Amino acid sequence: MLNVALPKGRLGEKVYAMFEKAGFPCPSLLENSRKLIFDNEEAGVRYFWVKPSDVAIYVERGAADIGVAGKDILLEYRPEVYELLDLDVGKCRMAVAAPEGFRDNLNRTLRVATKFSRIARNHYATRGRDIDIIHLNGSIEIAPILGLSDVIVDIVETGTTLRENHLEVIETIVPISARLIANKSGFKFKTEQIEHLLEEMRKEVAQK
Amino acid sequence: MQINDRVMDSQERIGFLLRDLYAGYGYSRYRMSKFEEYDLYSRNKDFLFSEGVITFTDINGRLMALKPDVTLSIIKNGRDLPGTLQKMYYHENVYRVASAEDGFREQTQVGLECMGDVDNACVTEVLKLAAESLNLCSPDYVLEISHLGILGAFVDAIASGDPMRDALLQCVTEKNPHGIRLLCRENGMAEGAEEPLLRLMALYGSPKTVMPKIRELAEENGAAEYAAELGQAVAALAGSEATDRIRIDFSASGDTKYYNGIAFKGFISGIPGSVLSGGQYDRLMRRMGRKDRAIGFAVFLNMLERLTEGGRTDA
Repeated sequence: MLNVALPKGRLGEKVYAMFEKAGFPCPSLLENSRKLIFDNEEAGVRYFWVKPSDVAIYVERGAADIGVAGKDILLEYRPEVYELLDLDVGKCRMAVAAPEGFRDNLNRTLRVATKFSRIARNHYATRGRDIDIIHLNGSIEIAPILGLSDVIVDIVETGTTLRENHLEVIETIVPISARLIANKSGFKFKTEQIEHLLEEMRKEVAQK
Repeated sequence: MQINDRVMDSQERIGFLLRDLYAGYGYSRYRMSKFEEYDLYSRNKDFLFSEGVITFTDINGRLMALKPDVTLSIIKNGRDLPGTLQKMYYHENVYRVASAEDGFREQTQVGLECMGDVDNACVTEVLKLAAESLNLCSPDYVLEISHLGILGAFVDAIASGDPMRDALLQCVTEKNPHGIRLLCRENGMAEGAEEPLLRLMALYGSPKTVMPKIRELAEENGAAEYAAELGQAVAALAGSEATDRIRIDFSASGDTKYYNGIAFKGFISGIPGSVLSGGQYDRLMRRMGRKDRAIGFAVFLNMLERLTEGGRTDA
């Protein structure tokens, strides 16, 4: 039985639809119930919904053999997992955004508000720019408006929230999408099952 | 060896069994101080398993560290003795950052090091001992073996500099083909340039199944000599009890600034990460002014905490 951690929410439902089409259905998963774990012994899968940012933890620690996590989470937390497939869904980008018309003053330390501290630090380290990271857990866009930071580093999907707050993307750091990840040890002992699932999911991605 | 289970937990029991195993193969115990001068670790930071070292100033003003690693200390305290082979094992506590949330943790590891005239027989013996070590922990194990010479040849064929090389190697350890394709496009490589590396990465499994394909691919890409070395190492294990437990897998990599040749990792069913890690580290020896060759591995006893006597994991 393969244990699969799915991210709760819209992305998880989209990804489950891919698993279902690939031959790993579990209809009870979409029923409105308080159940947390869903088995389909025939298909050899057990699904569970977890918070998107926790998927990589479940997989790294072996509670799940495989899971679906955003590239943003993988870059930020660097979990020891295999990143087997780009599922080509949940596409967005990690970007630097600033108030419209912003000019970077190189004489000053750049104040960067973000929940992705490692990504922001690595990005600016490659260009030797001195920065002050302001770690926030949400509503990042408000930071430059209130003068808490000069710029933000955050996920941008359509850019609507940025525009409504008179912010604009000044730089793209990395494209983001959902990835199929696997526990390293689990992969050794369930190789055939994981490879079979991977192959079927590859076909799904190719057909999209 | 008589082990009293009433007074020992699984980690301690396995620790002593491993020591007995290594002593039986002629390895002598290496004991080290809990402290070492910080300079040793700061010069070889990338070799350490984790960033961060616990430091303190000794009464004579020297900056000292609680040891985060054993191998560096053994190299530093040994010397080149041409024509000889030094075989040592250790059972020590090290101090490492487990994760950003957990901070420093004390971790117990048992391991062995072979330094000096390391030949094929020595490499085979170390691989055999790695397999036997895993078997002592649990019969349900996998020892995966790779060769950094082969991997290096395929990566160097497309890497345009050290940052790209490191990023490609990282993708290999992640079994991440899409990451390799993206890196190649970002660095202006022609479409398809990465195919040989992707084909190499996709070759994992039992030596019997994948070695012929690796030989063929290595021949086409100028790494035949290294493929022969890998083939020789795994062939020497054929027919042993470990045969069915050996896998070739190039994701079992290591930092090529320090490691070269054979690299390997051990896994036990039910334990989420690798419980054993090792390889040849002639490059580290050169960096530390030594001319001789070396190979070794460590078993991370803390990872075995949930292992019961029969080798099953206790949830």
